[in-house]
Amino acid sequence: MQPLIEVNKLVKQFDSLVAVDNLSFSVYQGDVYGFLGQNGAGKSTTLRMLLSLILPSSGSIRLFGEELTPNHKSILSRVGAVIERPDLYKYLTAIENLRIFARMSGVRPSHRLLMDQLEMVGLAERANSKVATYSQGMKQRLGIAVALVHNPDLVILDEPTNGLDPQGIADMRNLILRLSREFQKTVVVSSHLLTEIEHIATRMIILDRGKKMMEGAVADYFQPASNKVHLGVANPEKAIELLKKEPWGLQVELSREELIVSLASHQVPALNRYLVEQGVEIQSIRSVNSLEAYFLSLTSGNQHVAAFTN
Amino acid sequence: MWQLLRIELFKIFKRPRTYISFAAIGAIVALILLAFYADGTNYMAFGMQSLTQSFDIQGNVLNGYLICFIILQTLLIHVPLLIALVAGDQIAGEANMGTLRLLITKPVSRTNLLLAKFFSSAIYTILLLCWMALLSLVVSILIFGTGDLMILKSEEVVILEKADVLWRYFAAFGFAAIAMTTVAALSFLLSVFAENSIGPIVTTMSVIIVFTILTTMDIPIFNAIKPFLFTTHMIGWKGFFDAPVQWEPVLQSAGILLFHIIAFLVATILIFRKKDILS
Repeated sequence: MQPLIEVNKLVKQFDSLVAVDNLSFSVYQGDVYGFLGQNGAGKSTTLRMLLSLILPSSGSIRLFGEELTPNHKSILSRVGAVIERPDLYKYLTAIENLRIFARMSGVRPSHRLLMDQLEMVGLAERANSKVATYSQGMKQRLGIAVALVHNPDLVILDEPTNGLDPQGIADMRNLILRLSREFQKTVVVSSHLLTEIEHIATRMIILDRGKKMMEGAVADYFQPASNKVHLGVANPEKAIELLKKEPWGLQVELSREELIVSLASHQVPALNRYLVEQGVEIQSIRSVNSLEAYFLSLTSGNQHVAAFTN
Repeated sequence: MWQLLRIELFKIFKRPRTYISFAAIGAIVALILLAFYADGTNYMAFGMQSLTQSFDIQGNVLNGYLICFIILQTLLIHVPLLIALVAGDQIAGEANMGTLRLLITKPVSRTNLLLAKFFSSAIYTILLLCWMALLSLVVSILIFGTGDLMILKSEEVVILEKADVLWRYFAAFGFAAIAMTTVAALSFLLSVFAENSIGPIVTTMSVIIVFTILTTMDIPIFNAIKPFLFTTHMIGWKGFFDAPVQWEPVLQSAGILLFHIIAFLVATILIFRKKDILS
């Protein structure tokens, strides 16, 4: 199958900083392709190069089987994107913004079609409100509507959940999944949050300091049964003894102040209850799944655990 | 291209700040007209004191044509700021709002986008001058009537017959449109380098102020560079009020201004086509 996006030996250098270093990857039709990496890993720079916002220093980008640079007009007519914040014209209404960007994309949708688009992102009732009056979540959803207004085959979303509250994040996840499953769009989505990619992506790439650390199917790296559970307890000796005995019979590692056991995530509440009932005082408990562990082993980010798992 | 131009014009005229310029010109012209209506006769008597000692001046000297000339002299100094407010915002303002990256991800060439933005700025400039012409010429004539136009220059007095004046105003406003489009083109060029419209607006005004000072200072060392400063040629509209009109310097100034417009625009396109959009 021919890739929808084919990036080969892509390099972007800003003066002495190599933001993207010899990067190659492929995205296929129907993928929800996750870009994962810490802040500054090169995700946004790569996505901006895919959209002609930034010119590569070297390397090639092919979209829909064509070289991007000489064919960017025809290629971009099949792409919808939200890059970082979905900034729109605040002094215009939602429907005016939508109409402007539809026309710039070469389509002249009817009022009904524009309203349908706003309906899809839950903004139909505020269609005639100025964007200045919108919340961050509403702007994000309007940004998605703008990206989709010309019915693109490929949707590129750079950090789409940034600045959203938990409900907004859940809505955005559902919307991305709908785009893929219901509307058969190929979606490229970047995030510095592992959980985001884990929940929505089918394939992913991990970047670190501009370099590709891995690329593959998310399912191959995410195995819920092999979660590592980190326990902080007041009396570790007693806890180790209890964990090694029946009914748990677990292998226990001691790392710094924490006990580490391998356990499926759905068993964590029962383990917690058992230890408390046995008089073990639990100070902290957290799960680190195999993808997360793998991710941290690939990136220079053990010190950034919180950033990737929150 | 036409579609892009319509979109850019729509955006310009949907912004409340666009109308600040129209309101400012309206307010200044209204104040000048009011002042002349209330105290114009005394002002004219004072201004023409030396003339009336030697000449017998009859007829309606304080007429709409004269007031329009005075307004033109006053306003054309300040209009560049109002032009820069919009032209300087065209790219830098989009970068600041974050909408520039969205525009660039659309299937339009950067050159076409820039041309649409530039021509929309030029149309705004022309509309602003039309508004100024309407207020300063039409309203002045309605209030003060018409008459021969008497212009006091440093070494001569030019008297233009009533029937020979109106075309000169049309030509002067046409010339002013070229001059102000030059300002728009400069501001537009500077807008490429900034991510906030304040920078290009202030820089445009600084360039105009510095060049105007160099133009007006009568110091030999500056004389060599004066012909190359576009500000030297921006006041070329006054040539239409000579009797007879000296066409060669007027057309030469218009040509030099047009050359500046094209040079600024080409430079803008060349720079913007290679620019990484990081905003």
